[in-house]
Amino acid sequence: MQNLIDNFFAYTITGLTIGAVYALVALGYTLVYGVLRLINFAHSEVFMYGTFAALWVVMLLGGRPGAGVGQVIFWVAMMFVAAMAMSGFIAVLLERVAYRPLRKRNAPPLIALISAIGASFVLAEIMGLRSRITGWVGLDDNLRDYVRNSRNNAGMPTIIAPQPIFTVGGYHVTNVDVFVIVGAIAIMVVLDQFVKRSRLGRGIRAVAMDPESAALMGVNRDRVIQVTFLVGGVMAGAAAVFYMLKIGITRYDAGFILGVKAFTAAVLGGIGNLRGALLGGFILGLAENYGSAVVGSQWKDVVAFVLLILILLFRPTGLLGESLGKARA
Amino acid sequence: MRSTLKFAVPLAVAALALGACGTKGGDTATPAASGGAAACGNYKIGMFGALTGPNANLGIYIQNGVNLALDDYNKKHGDCKVTLENYDSQGDPTQAPALAKKAIDDKKVVGIVGPAFSGESKAADPAFNEAGLVTITPSATNPKLAENGWKTFFRALGNDATQGPAAAKYIKDTVKSTKTFVIDDASEYGKGLADIVRQDLGSQVVGNDTIQQKQTDFSASVTKVTSSGADALFFGGYSPEAAPLIKQLRDAGWKGTFVVADGVKDQSFIDNAKDAAEGTVITCPCVPADVAPEFQAAYKAKYNEDPNTYSGEGYDSATILLDGIAAGKDRASMVDFVKAYDKKGVTKQLKFDAKGESADIKVFAYKVEGGKIVSVGEIK
Repeated sequence: MQNLIDNFFAYTITGLTIGAVYALVALGYTLVYGVLRLINFAHSEVFMYGTFAALWVVMLLGGRPGAGVGQVIFWVAMMFVAAMAMSGFIAVLLERVAYRPLRKRNAPPLIALISAIGASFVLAEIMGLRSRITGWVGLDDNLRDYVRNSRNNAGMPTIIAPQPIFTVGGYHVTNVDVFVIVGAIAIMVVLDQFVKRSRLGRGIRAVAMDPESAALMGVNRDRVIQVTFLVGGVMAGAAAVFYMLKIGITRYDAGFILGVKAFTAAVLGGIGNLRGALLGGFILGLAENYGSAVVGSQWKDVVAFVLLILILLFRPTGLLGESLGKARA
Repeated sequence: MRSTLKFAVPLAVAALALGACGTKGGDTATPAASGGAAACGNYKIGMFGALTGPNANLGIYIQNGVNLALDDYNKKHGDCKVTLENYDSQGDPTQAPALAKKAIDDKKVVGIVGPAFSGESKAADPAFNEAGLVTITPSATNPKLAENGWKTFFRALGNDATQGPAAAKYIKDTVKSTKTFVIDDASEYGKGLADIVRQDLGSQVVGNDTIQQKQTDFSASVTKVTSSGADALFFGGYSPEAAPLIKQLRDAGWKGTFVVADGVKDQSFIDNAKDAAEGTVITCPCVPADVAPEFQAAYKAKYNEDPNTYSGEGYDSATILLDGIAAGKDRASMVDFVKAYDKKGVTKQLKFDAKGESADIKVFAYKVEGGKIVSVGEIK
């Protein structure tokens, strides 16, 4: 406990940093739940593919520590482009392959859930077997560095060296911390505005509120669902970039635990609610860090889930309540 | 003894009847050959360890050594080759019992090299003991494994009761740390080792933490280490967690010495932690490649790289079993053969005490320099 009090700001800032990543991934769960009333359990894999896209683009461009500012900005920009494109693509592909055929046949929601879990395994294993896949298609020599040790960690060079820029209560806040927290909030503000003001956003809200009436009003439901998956994927891609800048190491199964945490964050804040995802992510990141400080790091997941249960006991719909439609109407 | 004979004779006969071995046609019909060295048993030895998954490198280094020993044997015994059966546990204790059963059910398997890790050893060794199938582990270092009275347990290297104190000694005498932080990964191996280091360092330990395997965000641990003012950190665990841990510590500006043990002695640690891995001290009861130049040369010729962590120990473990097969031993008689074994191997004098521990133990220190793990000598 004394440790937590002494280093309160250190635990807070680092908790917010990882919380920002949870929040961005949680958006994907929340958006899809909002329009489809369905938990997209393969979303963790969408995030994981983003981390690899970010890693690969840095390797491709020859990213290394200690480069000039212009170079670093270029690399980070390319990481965003690559990770968002990859995650967005995977999310849309998932919708086409794993969900749309079921929806067309009016399958019950439970079937879609099983389909999602299956898709999650398939995606993770494809990444875990990437060295064999490149072997089969004969690209081994060209891609060796990218697929090496495909079931082990893959590390990225530190392209932004963490530098302390200011001090809060004894903790030196680094440029990476600030970039991640501010960046994540900025992206979420943009998303909030997109859903609130744009035509597509209005479509998303309409489908979330009442799919049938929305269809009667001329909203193309399939298109809206596709856009929702795309937006969720792009958010996961952004989360992947922040994750790689902060943690810098990924693996074919890196999405699993993070996905569970992000899903928890979404439920915590009220699934289907965008601002709830943001709040839930930050609270979860903080709770884990404070819990680790007080009772030891091996208990951090326990602390997070106890908190979730407590909140759901008293507020079964999460902190800010459900429903994408109502909260934004 | 009677029951083992009852079991061994039909086995030998069955092997002969199958006629799949290389002995010449005429001899195979004589039942008198049963149990004799002349009969080819088509025996196999098992390799039990992580061959895929995040810890696969450690298993593959061992497997390479085992394969080299097999090549040597099969070159000499072209008419009756021994084959290797792989039991890929991925280092996961929950998968180990099923794999152990598979090995036990395959009557041609006369000995196991492994299980490679301590957790999976704890899970699988009781079954091997019950079945009387000998195991020689080239890498599992938890001291408690030898305390179970398993008759089939042998360890071809020093355990953490020697590695732990050696690591503590190195931290005190060579790193000259006065404030040491200790982290473990709650695994059979990591926690066992870290607890020994904690005990040996005593009041010099300024803080403790336990992380989880597969964890990637260590921000809470990082804050604990940096705020404790520690000038050295000992981590008991494996490389998939060691790499992100040291990376995040260095990112947070921690300047102390990172000390780890044999579970991190794996090139993938450096590949992933990159510059953050520089200066890391690794203790290991494994013998550096250059003490056995002949083995080093043979290994390099086959795999195009130097022998790595526990390759030599894997070679030695397999050699003991193969010598047993050459001496006409089967699964039942192999245990006593290994117990009485006393020969010079590539890593050390291969001899076991009553508990199955290696009689000749050395611990070495290694350091990460210029992206390579280099030996800095024995810790005495």
